[in-house]
Amino acid sequence: MEMLDLAMDKAAAANRLSADEALALCREADLLALGSLANRRRKQRHPEPVVTYVVDRNINYTNVCGSECRFCAFYRSPDKPDAYVITRDLLSEKIEETLALGGTQILLQGGMHPTLDLDWHLDLLRFIKQRFPIHIHGFSPPEIHHLTQTSGLSLEAVLRALIDAGLGSIPGGGAEILVDDIRKKISPNKCSADEWLNVMCTAHRLGLRTTATMMFGHIEEPRHIIEHLIRIRDLQDETGGFTAFIPWTFQPKNTRIPLDTPATATAYLRVLALSRLVLDNIPNIQASWVTQGDKIAQTALAFGANDLGSTMIEENVVAAAGVSFRLPQREMIRLIETAGYQDVQRNCFYRPVEPR
Amino acid sequence: MKTFFDDPALNDIDTKLHNGDRLDETDGLLLYRSHDLVGIGRLADRVRRQRHGRNAYFVYNQHLNYTNVCRNRCRFCAFARDRGEKGAYTFSNEDVTRWLTSRMDQPIREIHIVGGLNPSLPFDYYLTMLQTIQSIRPRAVIKAFTAVEIDFLSEISGLSLDETIIKLKNAGLSMVPGGGAEVMSERVRLELFPRKISGDRWLDIMATLHRHGITSNATMLYGHIETIEERVSHLVRLREQQDKTGGFTAFIPLAFHSQNTDLAHLPPTTAVDDLKTVAIARLMLDNIDHIKAYWVMIGEKLAQVALSFGADDLDGTIMEERITHMAGATSAKGLTRKALEHMIRSAGFKPVERDSFYNPIREAA
Repeated sequence: MEMLDLAMDKAAAANRLSADEALALCREADLLALGSLANRRRKQRHPEPVVTYVVDRNINYTNVCGSECRFCAFYRSPDKPDAYVITRDLLSEKIEETLALGGTQILLQGGMHPTLDLDWHLDLLRFIKQRFPIHIHGFSPPEIHHLTQTSGLSLEAVLRALIDAGLGSIPGGGAEILVDDIRKKISPNKCSADEWLNVMCTAHRLGLRTTATMMFGHIEEPRHIIEHLIRIRDLQDETGGFTAFIPWTFQPKNTRIPLDTPATATAYLRVLALSRLVLDNIPNIQASWVTQGDKIAQTALAFGANDLGSTMIEENVVAAAGVSFRLPQREMIRLIETAGYQDVQRNCFYRPVEPR
Repeated sequence: MKTFFDDPALNDIDTKLHNGDRLDETDGLLLYRSHDLVGIGRLADRVRRQRHGRNAYFVYNQHLNYTNVCRNRCRFCAFARDRGEKGAYTFSNEDVTRWLTSRMDQPIREIHIVGGLNPSLPFDYYLTMLQTIQSIRPRAVIKAFTAVEIDFLSEISGLSLDETIIKLKNAGLSMVPGGGAEVMSERVRLELFPRKISGDRWLDIMATLHRHGITSNATMLYGHIETIEERVSHLVRLREQQDKTGGFTAFIPLAFHSQNTDLAHLPPTTAVDDLKTVAIARLMLDNIDHIKAYWVMIGEKLAQVALSFGADDLDGTIMEERITHMAGATSAKGLTRKALEHMIRSAGFKPVERDSFYNPIREAA
């Protein structure tokens, strides 16, 4: 109890929280006390009453993936009838549609396809950049790590090649929980926590901005969530390259992690608020309407979130796990306005997009 | 630690609550206009905890919507049909029996019965239905017929309201659900439900029921064309009635669903509005014990969050809801006891399974 009081006081005074203090908040603090502290911190960081969002689309260039993570309902082995690699025609069509809807970026992610090599990825980037004025937010750290393995090149060389070919920023996916004991159990073939952080560190040094995510509500314990947050915070102290943090909850349907009680809405809001309090050096905390639905996403704006993420003209990965909420742009705007904020469409760097 | 409010206007309300002063309409409006969602929640949560501690209630119940034929045809309703219209249905006594016996393996404690005003059913139909249910489920409480239906029954029985209630009570009626109040505003009534009884009549019927020892719930349908002034006035009228007769057990805010209604152009209620409405009900209705977060309407996730915004009750298992789902609700049609208990525990509260009168049936560890 003493630890909790100390942690609450420190959080209220906007002082940095230790791992033990964060754990006390995570385990014991009242939901609304956390919300109140997180909201206060968010207002200190963002005094203007604004909530941002981005118009983009998720394009999954392949669903073939050798990683076979136990929590994933999206991947297919190459021999499956519904395994695919996107055609250039379909890719162009999707991007044209995105631009027509006022979109400014695409989120481009796989599949770690065993036979698509680095050149294929570079060609893909060049193909897009030569044709379309669109920002590419692409290739999460596990994919980039995978490309170092298939190419035999150094991480820096791979990243430089991707940047030269048109990569604009890196999404924070594949972080899951940045604790190897957990990763070994849920995603044994995916890069380690150190490798994930190393990709981000190198990318930041090369001038790429990235986000960071956390997928919780499976087999982890509160201490693993805290360890994850602290590792992200430590790297951010070094590089300052993270634009945003996005926690979201594991969706168990069609996956190989049996769970009859997925993380509830209050569990989500607690972790969201805690993220705002612990990650004192990351400016933006994003609500996940894709996993939580519009109601909890709007509620999250009072629990530390200042960004509603993407309108997601298309989303496939979470939908494969049986959850498909829809949130058109005008509905996104209504949620923001009725919560008492001004809506601002942003780009990948969290700057306002000029109205066209 | 003193409560910190993002909106300093909440400090005055905080002080009033500390002093035990009743909130007035101005306070209610101030709360609705404030954007300090967590601050409003904290005020409501404090009152909720003073009254109920960490308890969060639910009931193992079953819904029965015996007919959708209704002469009122309110504009906000997706459930009602005219006689002979496609999709119109009326349960026979055999249908009622089948509906109930299909779930005899479940420990159901309450049968919640609501239907349309079907002009072709005689008064005996209702008495027989109550008797049938009582014989099939002798241990379940029969919570049946909104004030709107009771008014209609007294019309078709040719009896006085008092005599009608006595007959229903003798046939097994123990409690009355809180529906049909909508928003007690003549302006809204003329616009949306001109054929339905007025707010005054609704309150009269509730008062009469309470005097006969029949308790009831109360509701408010929000999120259509009503103003926040009309909402707050609705709450105050309920509070005044409760001061006189004391028979309201729970208040249930009902979030309007527009799909398949005349008002389909209206967007759904937002989470902020849903949570504020729960919290403001808790703060304004200082004489009604229980505030429900009705998961059918606001969704399971937000209902769980609402337990921290003044709600102490999640309604129940419901098996299975029709009226709101006809209007596009995306929530489940029923929840298991295990799911309800998990929701409650995960929110930091203690699940208490109750009967209709809030007597604990079993307390989970």
